[in-house]
Amino acid sequence: MAKDSLYKYVLALGDDALILGQRLSQWAYRAPFLEEDIALSNISLDMFGRANLLLEYAATLKGNGITADDLAFKRNERQFTNRILFERPNGNFADTMVRQFFLDAFYKLFLQKLTGSKDEQLSAIAQKSIKETAYHFRHSSKWVIRLGVGTAESHTKVQSAIDNLWMFTNELFEMNEIDNEMLQQKIGVDCSSLKQEWIKIIDEVLAEATLKRPENIHMTTGGREGIHTEHLGHLLSDMQYLQRAYPDAKW
Amino acid sequence: MVKEISTTVIWELLKTIPDPEIPAVSIVDLGIVRNVEFNNNQLKITITPTYSGCPAFSFMKEEIVRHLETDGITNYQIDISLAPPWTTDWMNDAVKTKLKKSGIAPPSLEVACPQCESQQVEVISEFGSTACKALYKCLDCLEPFHHFKQI
Ligand SMILES: [Zn+2]
Repeated sequence: MAKDSLYKYVLALGDDALILGQRLSQWAYRAPFLEEDIALSNISLDMFGRANLLLEYAATLKGNGITADDLAFKRNERQFTNRILFERPNGNFADTMVRQFFLDAFYKLFLQKLTGSKDEQLSAIAQKSIKETAYHFRHSSKWVIRLGVGTAESHTKVQSAIDNLWMFTNELFEMNEIDNEMLQQKIGVDCSSLKQEWIKIIDEVLAEATLKRPENIHMTTGGREGIHTEHLGHLLSDMQYLQRAYPDAKW
Repeated sequence: MVKEISTTVIWELLKTIPDPEIPAVSIVDLGIVRNVEFNNNQLKITITPTYSGCPAFSFMKEEIVRHLETDGITNYQIDISLAPPWTTDWMNDAVKTKLKKSGIAPPSLEVACPQCESQQVEVISEFGSTACKALYKCLDCLEPFHHFKQI
């Protein structure tokens, strides 16, 4: 029973990283300029690397010969438990940077706590990932500031990205049954305790960027229970196409 | 037939495997090989990835396998460790000199141009052609160069 909860916990963290990696990879060859194209591809690779570590671990917990690839390519939309913000469409460049900024700030706090996990493998993955997230955060927060104080148009676009994505941020700090069980066993992180610190980080950057944090916005949720926005299905149909059309195909 | 081999021989062999993306340095130079040991005649090599998404990592593992088997070593296992996480602190000064000679500024908080040593440099992009490098420009000799990120 405990092992099944750990499996679900690790799988959900793997899904977050995988879906964000796939989203970022959709910028390849499409970014505003070459350096940014390379930056987004690099961050995407880091997220795929993180997803690979987590999904391989989840696969060993599941047993029965299940592989990380099975988990990535052979599950349906409702079986993915990534939180909704990770699957939000790329939109324009500001939309992508704001999504990344919110998530990098979250990862910074979350991974720091996860390094203290009683589970050695999760702690090791967190120690590895946190160094990469520090780089990602520097990149995304600088962009939010640059867009905020840039032109009137960039300011409007980045503010509207913040306003549109805000409703998905509260889910980051929710705790479901599995989260609570993992927290009790000193394996998981108390996400609800990270919110205040997260808001502080967001506020500091937004102040420098002359941008406003939305208030009184209706918050949405459901990703951890497999209830997604209409965008995840399209992402999966693209990501899983090859394995669906040619099952078990290898390079 | 068991060939008598020491861990020193294995380390020497691993030192001949270049990093696929920065061939001036070996996988040992970069600190990717963490440990080599024999347990009851079975060789165990422990390696660690630089960046978790580094696409060269699986290639490095294949290269280790290829080199071992070319040398007739078949009784081995390759373990991957994540903790402690890889750090550029594992590179010694000789390795940093090799990087510099190949035009890459070695990991340092004070980045200097590998061509003219000037510290008047600016970041072009925090993300370079590989996960481990950032792109810089020298403001004195005007040459662009890579910096091996300090992590
Ligand atoms: Zn120079």
